[in-house]
Amino acid sequence: MDKDSTGEDPSPAGGRWYDAEAGPLVRPYAMTGGRTKPGPGNVRFDLIALVVVDDDPPGPAEESLLGPEHRTLLAQCRAETQSVAELAADADLPVGVVRVLLGDLLEAGFVKVSTPVPPAQLPDERILREVIDGLRAL
Amino acid sequence: MAYERFESTPAGDPDSTALALKILVAGGFGVGKTTLVGAVSEIRPLRTEERLSRAGESVDDTGGVDQKSTTTVAMDFGRITIRAGLSLYLFGTPGQDRFWFLWDDLSQGALGAVVLADTRRLEDCFPAVDYFEHRKIPFVVAVNCFAGARAYGAHDVSRALDLDRGTPVVLCDARDRDSGKEVLIRLVEYAGRMHTARLLDTVG
Ligand SMILES: Nc1nc2c(ncn2[C@@H]2O[C@H](COP(=O)(O)OP(=O)(O)OP(=O)(O)O)[C@@H](O)[C@H]2O)c(=O)[nH]1
Ligand SMILES: [Mg+2]
Repeated sequence: MDKDSTGEDPSPAGGRWYDAEAGPLVRPYAMTGGRTKPGPGNVRFDLIALVVVDDDPPGPAEESLLGPEHRTLLAQCRAETQSVAELAADADLPVGVVRVLLGDLLEAGFVKVSTPVPPAQLPDERILREVIDGLRAL
Repeated sequence: MAYERFESTPAGDPDSTALALKILVAGGFGVGKTTLVGAVSEIRPLRTEERLSRAGESVDDTGGVDQKSTTTVAMDFGRITIRAGLSLYLFGTPGQDRFWFLWDDLSQGALGAVVLADTRRLEDCFPAVDYFEHRKIPFVVAVNCFAGARAYGAHDVSRALDLDRGTPVVLCDARDRDSGKEVLIRLVEYAGRMHTARLLDTVG
């Protein structure tokens, strides 16, 4: 603990607390309010699930209530439809954190998430043929 | 709910349906996983932040570690765009066994896996081979031919690993893009055959 424990507000330098021994106490999951699992919808976002913006999103008033990380993710989704893995890599956030944040955005109706088609249920062989030809042409 | 609606429009509508396929690259420590993913795709590190207690559930060497602390695991992550709406995603799994829990997440719904092997220490890839065999995930074994390691042929490796008949073994140079592409092509071909066979099984 800091020597200054007089019960005053955290210093301006803070907003974050540091412990010389343990390093930053603000763990990655702090930005999710400590939640490590997505909300009640209980969606498990696959790493390659694609996230698209909902075409009927909540209004600007609701959007202004979003935290900075939520907004960053939303902006990324607006720029381009991307997979959960890409969103995490670009935002430089751990996958687990991004899953929780996306769960919030999904529940609030800002985004939609596609569930990847399992390979065994691919519509036909043409797709794999296309992949093979595409790889050859790389 | 919107999620359901979206989810219930499967591969039918070609304009709005993007397909993403997942391929894993596994193998022992330092066998060339990062090199391979980097050779065939633009690569970037992907961070996962995991509770150590979760990771430690199946191993006993985390005794005494603060159960609340998290550990960062970095994976190699690459994307190959085949065309608009069809992409291949590559994930290089961490080598250490204590990250099994990550594999479960990664392997769900995967098209298949590449198990990289080094003939100088073939046993390092046993866990990966076991893992994919048990979960019936199609995989190919890619023998990374480090200098002077070309002493064994694909057949020897297949026998040494006691692979099921049909499991492809490919000799490769993980640093070489064309070689890496060939490995992926062999895997996709094989995965296609496996899925077709399984489909016929369930039908007939
Ligand atoms: N000579 C030779 N060296 C290689 C080859 N593939 C990889 N290397 C080298 O071997 C070392 C390890 O390769 P990596 O790609 O980092 O291996 P990795 O499997 O990602 O390793 P970990 O993530 O630590 O498990 C690097 O120094 C590579 O440059 C190869 O085909 N031939
Ligand atoms: Mg590596």
